[in-house]
Amino acid sequence: MSLVDALTEPTERSRDDTPISERGPAPVHIVVAFGFWLFLLSDIVLFSALFAAYAVLSGQTAGGPIGPQLFDRTNVLIETGCLLLSSFTCGLCTLSIEARNRLATYISAAVTFALGVAFLAFELTEFGRMVAQGAGPTRSAFLSAFFTLVGTHGLHVAFGLGWLIVMMAQVATLGFRPMVVRRLLCFCLFWHALDIVWIGVFTIVYLGAH
Amino acid sequence: MFGILTWDAIPFDQPIPLVAAALVMVVMAGIAVTVILRGWWPYLWREWITSVDHKRIGVMYGVLAFVMLIRGFIDALMMRSQLALAADGAPGYLPPEHYNQIFSAHGTIMIFFVAMPFMIGLMNFAVPLQLGIRDVAFPTLNSVSFWLSAAGALLLNVSLVVGEFAKTGWLAYPPLSELSFSPGVGVDYYLWSLQIAGVGSLLTGINFTTTILKLRAPGMGYARMPIFCWTALASNLLIVAAFPILTATYAMLLLDRYLGFHFFTNEAGGNAMMYVNLIWAWGHPEVYILILPAFGIFSEVIATFSGKPLFGYRSMIAATLSICMLSFVVWLHHFFTMGAGADVNAFFGIMTMIIAVPTGVKVFNWIFTLFGGRVRFTSPMLWALGFICTFVIGGMTGVLMAIPPADFVLHNSLFLVAHFHNVIIGGVLFGAFAGYTYWFPKAFGFTLDERLGKASFWCWLVGFYLAFMPLYLLGLMGATRRLQHYDVPGWQPLMIAAFAGALVILAGIGFTGAQLVVSIRTRERRRDRTGDPWHGRTLEWSTASPPPAWNYAVLPNVTQADAYWGMKRAGLTANNAAQDDWQAIALPRRTSVGVVLAFFATVMGFALVWHIWWLAVAGVIGLAATGVAHAWRTEHEEEIAADVIAESERARRRAAT
Repeated sequence: MSLVDALTEPTERSRDDTPISERGPAPVHIVVAFGFWLFLLSDIVLFSALFAAYAVLSGQTAGGPIGPQLFDRTNVLIETGCLLLSSFTCGLCTLSIEARNRLATYISAAVTFALGVAFLAFELTEFGRMVAQGAGPTRSAFLSAFFTLVGTHGLHVAFGLGWLIVMMAQVATLGFRPMVVRRLLCFCLFWHALDIVWIGVFTIVYLGAH
Repeated sequence: MFGILTWDAIPFDQPIPLVAAALVMVVMAGIAVTVILRGWWPYLWREWITSVDHKRIGVMYGVLAFVMLIRGFIDALMMRSQLALAADGAPGYLPPEHYNQIFSAHGTIMIFFVAMPFMIGLMNFAVPLQLGIRDVAFPTLNSVSFWLSAAGALLLNVSLVVGEFAKTGWLAYPPLSELSFSPGVGVDYYLWSLQIAGVGSLLTGINFTTTILKLRAPGMGYARMPIFCWTALASNLLIVAAFPILTATYAMLLLDRYLGFHFFTNEAGGNAMMYVNLIWAWGHPEVYILILPAFGIFSEVIATFSGKPLFGYRSMIAATLSICMLSFVVWLHHFFTMGAGADVNAFFGIMTMIIAVPTGVKVFNWIFTLFGGRVRFTSPMLWALGFICTFVIGGMTGVLMAIPPADFVLHNSLFLVAHFHNVIIGGVLFGAFAGYTYWFPKAFGFTLDERLGKASFWCWLVGFYLAFMPLYLLGLMGATRRLQHYDVPGWQPLMIAAFAGALVILAGIGFTGAQLVVSIRTRERRRDRTGDPWHGRTLEWSTASPPPAWNYAVLPNVTQADAYWGMKRAGLTANNAAQDDWQAIALPRRTSVGVVLAFFATVMGFALVWHIWWLAVAGVIGLAATGVAHAWRTEHEEEIAADVIAESERARRRAAT
């Protein structure tokens, strides 16, 4: 049974016309996926608070440097490319998991991991360059908000990389048992959600810099 | 080695916190010694601390709330007695910097560590039983949530002995809470304990939203769900949507304090009012996170003790969800004086008045449920009736302050203090006590003493009015909140009346304690063998009291709202189908991961407060290692054999007949 089928497989009672709300407790993979979606929504609320703070403070440069003087859009575009490509390879990883193909899972996960590391390397280089120029987070409210918003996304990516390593170790030691497959699916959701947040960062912070 | 922690952190020169702390430590040591000497430790560890059973976790939340209620109430007594004395140039007995810590701790404790755990505890206990299922969606996560809340409470209370607590009020507004104006560790204690407890609350929100939306007994469609489950759903949706804002806001303040960022500082473009906006974007939904489950409890109690279905069940659901939505568009009424302009203030003033409409719908529904019913005046019912009267007064003073010009006069006065105590005591706290007395027999298998319960209620009711009606008057006379002393001799009689009210409430708390002790001692003749002591309407009364670990031997089949009432009328007992054909049940296995994570979180929080960086790193590594190690646990469930269940069901039937 494929992963997609597993998610949409009708339960025993559903073949009659009982409304879905009256069919009793949902199977565990539905429950886990639903709970994880709620977590992702709450995480997006957290980011929206940081976005709001950035919107309020983006003009408060306190006589310090402004965005266009600091951002290297070419680098950020490559950085964005790395993250979006990693989302694609993460999708390939989902397909490999569905096929229960260990080798393909490891390879696609490794590529995803490498692209995530590249993304973080670009980000840290940018941060280091800015701090060296005297444009660190303590310089102005604008830079405090910038480093916090972009840095929180970066921390999420770093956490995701750690999670990916743990998941590969789980595949290696426990195999594709339902528990592991559920967690892999949650990881993929998490990774795609970070992409969505980054689209917001790229648009509002970098393209919107004025 | 120990960061900024030195012996100076222990307040040897202040007798009050020192004696209080010594007393607490003696009591805790006494409990620990008793537990070890009597050999209760293995039982406590296996059956409670590592339990993932939602009923046990609910009870532990209740214990946490009661203990913290006593701590927070002692703060209240100190404030009221100080103000009864410190009139007309008299200094009172509390120095200003100590007094400021007391009112900050009182508010923080009462909201985060009394009201929240009490409501979450009642939801933990009752929601899965009402839904007719065996546990919540994520039982291990539930244990983690509880222990993180307890870790936050512990860290906050450590500040009593080691260092100091915040002197910045319960929401720690900047710039006062910034490092330049609050250089001590008080604000750091506040922030780290609430960050840790806040993660616990968020996980609870995710857990219960998933549980209510995805795990219900067969046949329980949305229009058949007990009203308490509906209000719990609304409350948990609000937790998921609002608590991340709190986490982000506190994180920004922490960055300001620890790394010199400029979110809310006076310098470099920081904006203190942004903190106030963000904190209330969480804070106003938080008000409804607390009150909505209380509304649910009152609805259950009033329907049960009127012997009637809840009047306007569907309009009650609609009102609940309207409040859930509207709670996000009223936050600015907490600071009309910010100066946002007439248009903005008018919008938020009108929205605030609109949110009173669904609340009014609920009040009428409760009154019409009572109308024509066969009303039984038990103690849960008294709390509910006291609530209706008291809450309406509190609601009306709230609508009064929703008018921006009126609010400009009343802002930060004792009128405001009286208003929010009016709704929080009259609403949330009365609701918590109603829920406690209503579900206690279900949780422990014996009823509480009614006489002492009613005495407690009357003390709370009278004490509340005596303590807070004078504050309304004082507010109108110009008394502001957070005063340590005052020059107007004319205020003193009302201040003394308020202190007397606090003493009457103290008697109420005493009666609650006495009620518990007396009821435990006489439990043999209070046994509830039917499982249905109140002639209840919802599913939790269809199983044994206390329910077995698996709640229901067979998941009930629901065909209508007030499911158990319908079963009783149809002459069915809960499980009289398939009498001897019991099946084995898989239950979630107990785990120590929650308490271990909480241990490392406490260590991390304490280390960060005192800048002991190596210990903070050790705490974080401990958290990560615990999480990763838990990921390799492969046996998540243990099976209860069919004959164990059969024996339990037979014993229950023997007891009932």
